[in-house]
Amino acid sequence: MTSLAMQRRRATARRVLTQFRNSRPGVIGFAVLLVFVIVALAAPLLADVRELNPVFARAQGNPQWAAPGTFGVLGTDHLRRSVWVQFVWGSRVSLFVGLAATVLTISIGSVVGIISGFVGGRIDSVLMRITEWFLVIPFLPLAIVLASILGRNVWNIILVIGVTSWPSTARLLRAQVLTVKQRLFVDRSRSLGAGNAHLVARHILPNVSGLILANATLAVPISILTETTLSFLGLGDPSSASWGKTLEEAFVNGAMVRNAWWYFLPAGVGILAVVLAFTLIGRTLEEIADPRLGQAR
Amino acid sequence: MSAIVSLTDVSVRFGPSRAVDGVSVDVKPGEVLALVGESGSGKTTLIRAIQGLQSVTSGQITHTPASGDRPTGSDRSRGNRGVQMIFQDPTGALNPRQTIYEIVAEGLRIRKESKDEAARVARALSRAGLRPPERFFPMYPHQISGGQRQRVVIAGAMVMEPDLLLADEPVASLDASIRGEILALMLDLVGETGLSILVVTHDLGLAWNIADRVAVMYLGRIVELGPTERILGSPKHPYTRALLSVVPETTRMEQQILTGEIPDSRRIPVGCRFHPRCPLFQSGTLPDEVASRCITEDPDQLDSSATWSVACWAVAADGEPEDGSVGA
Amino acid sequence: MSWPVLSVKDLTITYNSSAGLVPAVRGVSFDLAVGESLGLAGESGCGKSTLANSLLRLLPEGTVTSGEVTIDGQDLFALSPGGLRAVRWTTGAIVFQGALHALNPVQTAGRQVREPMHVHETVASDDEARVRSRQLFERVGLSANLLEAYPHQLSGGQRQRVLIAMALACDPQLLIADEPTTALDLMVQAQVLALIAELREESSLSLIFITHDLSVLTCVADRLAIMYAGRIVEQGPSMDVFQNATHPYTKALAAAFPTIGDPASRKAPSGLAGDPPTPGALPSGCPFHPRCPLAEDRCRTIEPDLRSSGQGREAACVLI
Repeated sequence: MTSLAMQRRRATARRVLTQFRNSRPGVIGFAVLLVFVIVALAAPLLADVRELNPVFARAQGNPQWAAPGTFGVLGTDHLRRSVWVQFVWGSRVSLFVGLAATVLTISIGSVVGIISGFVGGRIDSVLMRITEWFLVIPFLPLAIVLASILGRNVWNIILVIGVTSWPSTARLLRAQVLTVKQRLFVDRSRSLGAGNAHLVARHILPNVSGLILANATLAVPISILTETTLSFLGLGDPSSASWGKTLEEAFVNGAMVRNAWWYFLPAGVGILAVVLAFTLIGRTLEEIADPRLGQAR
Repeated sequence: MSAIVSLTDVSVRFGPSRAVDGVSVDVKPGEVLALVGESGSGKTTLIRAIQGLQSVTSGQITHTPASGDRPTGSDRSRGNRGVQMIFQDPTGALNPRQTIYEIVAEGLRIRKESKDEAARVARALSRAGLRPPERFFPMYPHQISGGQRQRVVIAGAMVMEPDLLLADEPVASLDASIRGEILALMLDLVGETGLSILVVTHDLGLAWNIADRVAVMYLGRIVELGPTERILGSPKHPYTRALLSVVPETTRMEQQILTGEIPDSRRIPVGCRFHPRCPLFQSGTLPDEVASRCITEDPDQLDSSATWSVACWAVAADGEPEDGSVGA
Repeated sequence: MSWPVLSVKDLTITYNSSAGLVPAVRGVSFDLAVGESLGLAGESGCGKSTLANSLLRLLPEGTVTSGEVTIDGQDLFALSPGGLRAVRWTTGAIVFQGALHALNPVQTAGRQVREPMHVHETVASDDEARVRSRQLFERVGLSANLLEAYPHQLSGGQRQRVLIAMALACDPQLLIADEPTTALDLMVQAQVLALIAELREESSLSLIFITHDLSVLTCVADRLAIMYAGRIVEQGPSMDVFQNATHPYTKALAAAFPTIGDPASRKAPSGLAGDPPTPGALPSGCPFHPRCPLAEDRCRTIEPDLRSSGQGREAACVLI
């Protein structure tokens, strides 16, 4: 009955879509995000990547600290590089790191949360003690220590964010799994002879998937902000141009003192807009996936 | 005929609590056996043990499939397909994210019996009174009524072609007018397929409506077992008598309202477990030798092969026949 | 039997939900005399609980109500918030089903019984409240040491007794019991029913007892009113109605709980095809016609009103 499964999936998708479309914050968030995704994907068309190289910029004869309008759309920085080019290519890094770190966070958090909640007993105790351990360690210092030990590249940044921010997801998922596990339909399935793998795949996961999705969209902005923070503190990947790194360089090179707002403002606004967009989408999905609305009546 | 399922001295303990405390009973092929008791009597724990959802502390549960073949090794690991269960709360027993089709097909999928899946699901649904079955395939539990949900649960059990159906208060959460329809369906299933049903309930009217035999449970033990007409017509055990007397429209009996509630199964009284609440014992009219047995000796477990048996010292002393000699 | 403690005239209650207007009670009238007991029976969605809650104005905001409810001589819908507070508990009190949820888990039973006394200032001091709560516990058959117990330490039957004690705290004239025995076992149900019968004997308490189990009502109610789809479809003296129903719905409801020992119901469960209608989508004409074994063509278009069907009895069916 694959056609039936597809029918059903389509019906669910349609329902989510309609509900999403009826939510003004959700639509605004989605539109903003769409703009940034297009910018990130179309980066090679919008800006010449060679412009990120100070040597190339000098050879081009770009002016230093040029204000917007006098040179390019957004002016130049202390190394004569175009701020527009940095903004466009930075969106790529920030979005990529944000999404990849979220996937890692949610994967670890979901696996730990579901195992902990479903299996219970000693495994639950052990996993939850580990989770609490990660939860009580101040997050930023741990990330800083890890980033400086592991070295400064994009993958390590993703790893650091993933490893440090999963505990809240794990705890949320565990609580939800505990309530789903108590439901009579799990008993029914077990009395039909279902094993644990079947129970998790057919009954637990479908009833927590909405929560996982909503949690993921809310984890993206945290990941992006973490990447920004780490980059701002000089722990980012030196070879890539993320928004966080732009902010760091602007700060270190006295953009504030020179009143060169065009240097840091685009990256700042970009971060704010993307974070806000994901938060709006996440809140909307959370409302749609609310388990109370998913049930009978 | 040999029993479909045979319980021998089954006990289930949770720490100090003796939820089921030595139960022996047989379910015969094609019969409806009602296990009647109040909450705290251990009746729900007992059927969960038969289903394999609850492990047994001691004693034996033997299931002999009607077809005669023994469950194979791989079957055992997946639970017993010949024994299926339906629940008190059909709404809770259905996953809100699954369609009716997926719910009914679940047992088949778990056992990887994909052959004729759609046809078997359709047959099970229409057998449970949901016709035409195809109309229900794509629906979700919240789109159908409470009575229909219970029919879906029944279809999900019947698709496995069980020889024993365990029913835990199958109509307690349904509307009064729906009740009869579901009970009638259960009787039809017995008639059509030769199925046996073990139904757990606190509702004596339900037993009168569908059961061939009634087993009355008190504090983890069956205290009286026999044909429905006998048990509900002229009960012997003082507990059964009291229960029957408080059924609202029984006017022919004087009400015997027992005081208090079933004691905690962690503190089962010594002697006959019912004696602290027993109207017969408390009345002080029992001969001394009987009364002293009531407070010191636990009445023997029932003889599960007898037609009618009662676990009561007073009844035994009265010289009432305790076994099948009463005739059928 | 002088004046009625409660008089309901043409009461209509419509819920205002996201799905639109949902009629829950559609034109219900009855009187309840001092000391009288009325049993209200029906299935889920028939409006019986809505009706009960409306008698103390406990309905959600935005519910549209019309008709008249006179309680102890006062027009219920014209009462000021203060007047309404006085009516609740002191004139009429309600006992809900699901005794676990109706009690606060972190307060002792005694404190919860004393609370309404303090709120309504029916006692002068805390000492008086303590004395009175001890008397109430005794009256509902609970030992006084349970005053200090928390709800989770009580059994289901004891909790239901605490709720009854609470309802009696301010000595109401009218007790509304909404499925008070539904979650209870047979023996405990019998205990609670016996308690309610005793309380009625001791005082001139009027009672409205709501349940889906018609057979229970024969033990506690003088008069029965059967509700279907928001209306009363049959009413009369309880034994008469139960044993000799005129409305086909009442017959089916009475037969749903068999008389043990009656050969007619042995191995023959009796029920009705179909489901109770949802209040938002009632069938045309007589709302019972799709499930009625006696339905005729005219039933599809005519919604009959209650009409006399014998001594003190009324039923709403075209066949009468």
